[in-house]
Formats: sequence, structure tokens, C-alpha cells
Amino acid sequence: MRAGRRCKNIPMTARVYQTEGIIIKKYKFGEADRLLTLFTADFGKVRAIAKGAMRPKSKLGGNVELLTHSQLMLARGRNLDIITQAQAINTFLPIRDSLELMSCGFYLSELVDTFTEESVEDREMFDLFLNTLKELAEARDGERILRYFELRLLSHLGYRPQLQRCSNCGKQLQQEINYFSAPQGGALCRECGYPDMAARTLSVNALKVLRLWLKCDFDTARRVKLNSELTREIKNIMRDSVKYVLEKQLKSIEWMDKLAAEGNHLPVKQDTSEPGHQ
Amino acid sequence: MNPDFLPTAKPISRLIEELNKLPGVGPKTAQRLAYHLLQAPPERARDLADAIVSVKENLKLCSICLNIADSDPCGICADESRDRTKVCVVEEPIDIMPLERTRKFHGLYHVLHGVISPGDGIKPEDLHIRELLDRLNGNPINEVILATNPNVEGAATSMYIQRLISPLGVRITRLARGLPFGGDLEYADDVTLSRALEGRQEM
Repeated sequence: MRAGRRCKNIPMTARVYQTEGIIIKKYKFGEADRLLTLFTADFGKVRAIAKGAMRPKSKLGGNVELLTHSQLMLARGRNLDIITQAQAINTFLPIRDSLELMSCGFYLSELVDTFTEESVEDREMFDLFLNTLKELAEARDGERILRYFELRLLSHLGYRPQLQRCSNCGKQLQQEINYFSAPQGGALCRECGYPDMAARTLSVNALKVLRLWLKCDFDTARRVKLNSELTREIKNIMRDSVKYVLEKQLKSIEWMDKLAAEGNHLPVKQDTSEPGHQ
Repeated sequence: MNPDFLPTAKPISRLIEELNKLPGVGPKTAQRLAYHLLQAPPERARDLADAIVSVKENLKLCSICLNIADSDPCGICADESRDRTKVCVVEEPIDIMPLERTRKFHGLYHVLHGVISPGDGIKPEDLHIRELLDRLNGNPINEVILATNPNVEGAATSMYIQRLISPLGVRITRLARGLPFGGDLEYADDVTLSRALEGRQEM
């Protein structure tokens, strides 16, 4: 039996195993192979080789493209596992057709990649990620979905922000403008937040939304209406929190910001479909 | 045993080591190539060495299309018979070759030298997109063909360029996405198949 990687779901002797996974990263590898990072349902993050995936006639090809949810069969390799079969379950076509949604997808996969360790099974996280992608594929605006995902991700990994009481003095938060501080781990009451220069103001509505999102599913989260002011507020809060936990800024954020900034003063094709029903 | 002892003479092991760094050349192939060169006539070895050195020393980027060339402008940009109203945008210089092989495209090219990949920190500024915009502003170009690779990064790059240049009023097209010739429906992925269905043609 091989020492090293351990995963409780699979006997170490099994040479081939099956799972479903989402492709979160890919590199060129050799002539036509790809080195993929998968987030799988049963084994967590796994790195594997897709042989010949760059050739046009490869049977893996589109089934192992970034942000594809696929049924996979893998063979244990000496260092890296090898993908022997792949069948896409969901390719999230609408995400691929929109620059904005695709950027959200890039960001999501970078988040998942940075927050996870290899071979640590996390079914709950897999489901959250998968549902987020499904939601994104049906959305017109990805921002809110990203925020919900960030909050749930942090909370799932043990970084749930304190939103009921002041994270400094423990006092119950009042129905007024409070503060939020990522280093303090959540909301701050007026007295504690005001002198804290790094704390952001936290409006009553933003607090309500965050509290709701912590306990609701996508169906409910989707119904929350956010104006641009509230969107920006929650975005800053969540970004602070993610950055504080990771101790770095994710690379895809810069791209998303650039796109958003340019999108505002570029004549983009007008969306002629019906306005949202929310 | 002396740890510095090498079973082969130093020049040979150095050659093997260098060849081994090439893509697709493993240690055994490197050995075979090295011994082959050893036995080949001296001019053959010199020709090869010259060819390698001149690739590094005599090549430059074409100031128009940014393709790698031995002259500026490159052979394609200098060719008077080519259609100057069409520009095909590709990711890498190597992508020009397969397109030229088709003999179906007679316009000019524009090489981006990369593809947008936010996860790896590759941003539009790292590519030659600005040069494309300048080119479109100063020349009578009426069609831009986006021929980035049909994957997520390629699509993102194409969509980004499309957004940038659409205000200029040029016709923007992209390569059709569908089934490869000699392929098999059974193994086609869903994205390709749905694109192929959308782009089906009258017979």
C-alpha cells in the first residue's frame, strides 16, 4: 500500500475510481496534455492529467474545460492521477457566453482553489460551489451571487462573521448604523466601531441582508433586492473579510474591477429582454 | 567512487542535457540525438547550431502584426496581393501556420501573444490589444476575425476585444465552433455539439 495521500472514501489499493467534479484550474502540460485542478464531490481538490485534451479530436476536450461539471473516471498515477474518461454533466453555457459571468466564474474557481487543500473531502462545499455555478448560469448580474457565495464559504470554513453582537464588546447590535471590521471578525457597535479607523460603516439594511444570507438558501437569497449602494457596501465588506482571511488579494479581482470600470463608459450592447421579475 | 565521475565525456553529456530540455525529448531521445550528431558530418552539426542561433538573433516582431519574422514588416504584411481590409486575430505566432495551411484566408494577421487569464494574473495590458486598436483606427479595415482558441480563456479574450472594438463599427466575426473533421459524435462534448447544432447549415 502506498503511503502519503489518504482519503477515507477509497481503498488505497483501488487503481481506478469515479467521482464527479468541477474543473477549477488548468495548465498546459507537455505537448497536448492538460494538468487540471478538480474540485470533486468525493475527494475534495484533486490534481489530474487529461492526456491529449488540447487536441481537437480529444474525447476529453470540452468535457474537461474550465468550469465544467463532469462525471470523471480517474486512474491512480504515481504522482498525479490520470483522467481516463469524462462526461460533462453541466457545461453552464450561459456563463461561457457572457464576459461578466465568466469573470465571476474565474473568481469563484480561484476562491475555491485558494481556500481548499488537496484531498480533503468537503461535500458541503462542493454542493455550494455547484449550486452557485448553476445560479450564476441563470443570472444576469453575478455580483450578488458572488457575495452570497463568499459569505457562505467563509461561514462554512469557520470564518463566519459575527453579526448578532458587537465583536468587540459583545453588546447586542442596535437598529442603527453600525460598523464592520474584518480583523475583529464581524460587526462592531457604534461605540466600538467609531474610533476604529479600519472599520467600515454597516447600514441597517446591509446587516439584515447578511444575517438573512447566513441562514437561507439560494431561492430566498435571490429574492433580496439590492440597490447599487447596498451592493457596493456588501461587496466591500465581503472583500475585506476574504482578503483578511487569505492575507492576499485574489488575482481575478483586478480583472473584474477593470471590466466593471470599463463597462460603465463603453457602449455595450443593450439587453432587450424583459426586466427581472424580482 | 568519485561523485564527479561521468560515464560519458563532458561535451556529450552537456549536449544530452541541453537536448533533454526541449519539449517532447526525453533522456533516451536526447542520448540518441546526441550520438547521432556526434557521428554526423561536421557541417551538419554546424548548420544546426547556426540555425538555432539565428532563430534567436535574427528574428524580431513585425511592427504591424506582431508576428515573429526575419524582416519588418513580415512576409505576410509586406505581401501586396493580400487583402488589407481583413485582420485575423490569433493568440500566438504558431496559430498563423495552421490558418495559412488552409489557403482560405488572404487577409492579414494580428498576434496577441497570449490570452486573458485572470486566475494567472494575465491581464489585457499584457497582450497586444492596444496595437490592434491603433491598427483599426489608422487603416481601412472592415472585418476583424477573432480566431482565439475555443476554450474559456480564448472566449473571454474574444469577448473582451469584441467589446472594445465594436464602437468602431467594423464587422467582427469569430471562427465557427463545431465538430472536428474525422471526429465522432459519440465523443463530442455538449458545448461543441450545441454550438454545432446552432450553427448548422443548409445542404
